[in-house]
Amino acid sequence: MTTTEVTPTHASLPLTGPRLPQWAPALVGLLAVCAAGLLAMLLGWGIVAFAFLAALLFVVALPLWSVSVEGSRGAVDRLTTSLIWVAFAGAAIPLLWLIWTVLSKGLPAINAAFLTYDMRNVVGDDQGGIYHAIMGTLIITGIAALISVPIGLFCAIYLVEYGKGTRLARWITFLVDVMTGIPSIVAGLFALALFVLIFGPQIRFGFGGSVALSLLMIPVVVRSTEEMLRLVPDDLREASYALGVPKWRTITKVVLPTSLGGIITGVMLAVARVIGETAPLLVIAGKTDSVNLNPFSERMTTLPVYIYYSVTQPGTVPFDAPPGAEAPGIERAWGAALVLIVIVMALNLIARLVGRIFAVKKG
Amino acid sequence: MTTTHETEPEVSPPSQRGDRIFAGLAKSAGLVILAALAAVFIFLAVEGIPGVNQPAETYAPLSSFLPYVGRLLFGTVFAALIALVIAVPFALGIALFISHYAPRVLAAPVAYVVDLLAAVPSVVFGLWGARALAPQLVSVQAWLGEHLGFIPFFAGPASVTGKTVLTAGVVLAIMILPIITAISREIFAQTPRLHEEAALALGATRWEMIRYAVFPYARSGIVSAVMLGLGRALGETMAVALVLSASPVVTLNMISNTNPATIASNIASSFAEATPAKLSVLIATGLVLFAFTFAVNFAARAVVARSERKFSR
Amino acid sequence: MAKSIDVSDLDIYYGDFLAVQGVNMTIKARSVTAFIGPSGCGKSTVLRSLNRMHEVIPGARVEGKIMVDGQSLYDPSIDPVAVRRQIGMVFQRPNPFPTMSIYDNVLAGNRLNSKRMKKAEQDAIVEKSLRGANLWNEVKDRLNKPGMGLSGGQQQRLCIARAIAVEPQVLLMDEPCSALDPISTSAIEDLIHELKSEFTIVIVTHNMQQAARVSDDTGFFNLKAAGQPGQLVEMNATKKMFSNPDNEATEAYISGRFG
Repeated sequence: MTTTEVTPTHASLPLTGPRLPQWAPALVGLLAVCAAGLLAMLLGWGIVAFAFLAALLFVVALPLWSVSVEGSRGAVDRLTTSLIWVAFAGAAIPLLWLIWTVLSKGLPAINAAFLTYDMRNVVGDDQGGIYHAIMGTLIITGIAALISVPIGLFCAIYLVEYGKGTRLARWITFLVDVMTGIPSIVAGLFALALFVLIFGPQIRFGFGGSVALSLLMIPVVVRSTEEMLRLVPDDLREASYALGVPKWRTITKVVLPTSLGGIITGVMLAVARVIGETAPLLVIAGKTDSVNLNPFSERMTTLPVYIYYSVTQPGTVPFDAPPGAEAPGIERAWGAALVLIVIVMALNLIARLVGRIFAVKKG
Repeated sequence: MTTTHETEPEVSPPSQRGDRIFAGLAKSAGLVILAALAAVFIFLAVEGIPGVNQPAETYAPLSSFLPYVGRLLFGTVFAALIALVIAVPFALGIALFISHYAPRVLAAPVAYVVDLLAAVPSVVFGLWGARALAPQLVSVQAWLGEHLGFIPFFAGPASVTGKTVLTAGVVLAIMILPIITAISREIFAQTPRLHEEAALALGATRWEMIRYAVFPYARSGIVSAVMLGLGRALGETMAVALVLSASPVVTLNMISNTNPATIASNIASSFAEATPAKLSVLIATGLVLFAFTFAVNFAARAVVARSERKFSR
Repeated sequence: MAKSIDVSDLDIYYGDFLAVQGVNMTIKARSVTAFIGPSGCGKSTVLRSLNRMHEVIPGARVEGKIMVDGQSLYDPSIDPVAVRRQIGMVFQRPNPFPTMSIYDNVLAGNRLNSKRMKKAEQDAIVEKSLRGANLWNEVKDRLNKPGMGLSGGQQQRLCIARAIAVEPQVLLMDEPCSALDPISTSAIEDLIHELKSEFTIVIVTHNMQQAARVSDDTGFFNLKAAGQPGQLVEMNATKKMFSNPDNEATEAYISGRFG
């Protein structure tokens, strides 16, 4: 018998550690906000300094109180918990701030004319619009999707259905992952270098932008499709083989339909990602003030590029404008930014909706 | 090396042609991707290599390629590191918040909102950073310059517009936050429940449980998430181009009017007026950026792949 | 000084779902109490509520009273972390910390509580606990190897060593042998016999022979009806349960005519 030495010595169970009351974090938080607010008012600090001070007070005060009551372990737990809550709050602020800024500055700029006019011959604060940029965005992104989806889809099929475990497939998987990290401007330079070599140094056209965006979009499509295909259970494939159905028909009739919802979601999220790209289009698609619906000739403006040029070349504030008014370019930039965000968010929401609808059907 | 081909069921002869065509299509799509990646290197090299040896005035204010790209590379890495230093603690905090701390009603919406943050186009971030964030940071940077001026980073004099590399770093940090959060959140959430409960059943507090069970499991995942964030920050163009009025300088001062440009922002801002000679220089810098981010991403993915093998064993 | 546990009117919820209803029982000190019953009837849930591990699952909560040593476990003044230190737990599947050596695994709980221990003190605890778990002779030459390198049965005994290293009052075991082969199972059962002189042990098991072999008292859990919450049907001395139970459902289950 070797266990006789294990003799617990506790006379009674110390189950009650000294604990702070449940409302302690709330109280400390309130006090921190009050103290920081008071100081900020007295010293005339801005909102940033106030928020920073309040967070700092909270993160310091709660563990200090805790260490005197609960001991060091409890205090460390309190400290990390408060830090994590502060991190969450700190990250929420810029997002809310950004959305609020874009909404409040963008909404006044938007009206029917803004959405249906282009910028041709627009001088100063004449009514200009973003019609040409919206069309450019839709055309260039649409063509990029037309290029990327088949390549991405087939590549994913190869990775999951045909190449599983081969050295080539492992390399492709790895390089696709690496490709997701290509800087977008490099994609633009690549398209530029490619077409300059073919058409000469002055070439700028929408299709080149599509090629650049495809380079960014393909890896996203491959990754999401691959994941979806892997979710299809092997039983389904085997059931189909057992019926004597050849492999490619199994893929097109069984595997793809089963994972269709997820694939569509992935494609739409990929589109949402590249639709906001600026840098590659700045380089290869160029900028124009007029509507151009032909992607194979002449420059083509997209919304992000429009925003960029509106900000960098904002024009001057008109003489008769009320004080505090911004240059017309800046106002249009905010308007275009709002439109762009609405498009991106709508794509995201629809993508998730599609995913959910198909998922329900499956289950 | 065994492949699944050998275990494929025998198919009837007439359909074999269809199968072969389909398999060929799939495989060539994969090869197209490899070819595209190679093409990026090749075309950038063909167009960019002449840029290494251009007349001295092309590199104004410098006189040759290496110092030119060197200073830009410094600016790129510097801005990206500022972004990382700011973003990583927040990203890990939010990831832990979603995976282990948030009340259940809050976790899913927060995760969703972080994903939305990733969807905001970079040009909008740049616009917001330049027009909304920068003015707010003026007083902060003035304070830093006044009180922490002895640290080289805050040597000042503080910019009065707020359009500094520090501001650009903050914007970059917000932009790379989602990717770091998303990856580390997933890894945190994958921590086996068994190990978490083992720690809790020993009488660990929540933080001790995270240290015992979650972090050891997630370490390599965090490393790669951070490196992927770094890759994103290195290549980001618009946020920096819109926030900074930059010049190719080397300075650690984060709050002054003279700010180092990054490779990407330099391309964007010099591109419109570039002569063919300058264009090839810009493409050459792009090639350097590509090689650099490629190396960072390559390393990050290699770490992930290695750890995946380790855990699947 | 092992402790007895008194449970009265215990209801356990997962969110709005009532999983277990109206449990009343007394678990005697320094004895082995087994919980048996068909799958999904709440045995493990009740076990996990005894050291407040139940509430680790989001949305889970408990109503009713669990008294240990005159203190109510679910009183607001009770620190769940302290509870889990006093009431150890061994899980269904062995779960040594994958990044730690055998040595560090055993000490994991102690290191949480007292940051500084002398090396000799640590060595003593490791040896004592591993001996207590009947594992010492098998691993004494490779204490610095990772705990994941052991066989399943050894890993489970390592987990028991880790649980008893903090000298808890009560040891809860949630189907500790369900993932093990018969030889490892028998080793663990022998160990339970030895441990009961020091600890109050509660074990959940699917294996009725195991309950009969190791336990002094047995509680039989069952669902009231399909879709209804689980309940404690009968609790009695194991000998009586397996020879002449009070309840017909118990007899039906034990004799294999049901479940």
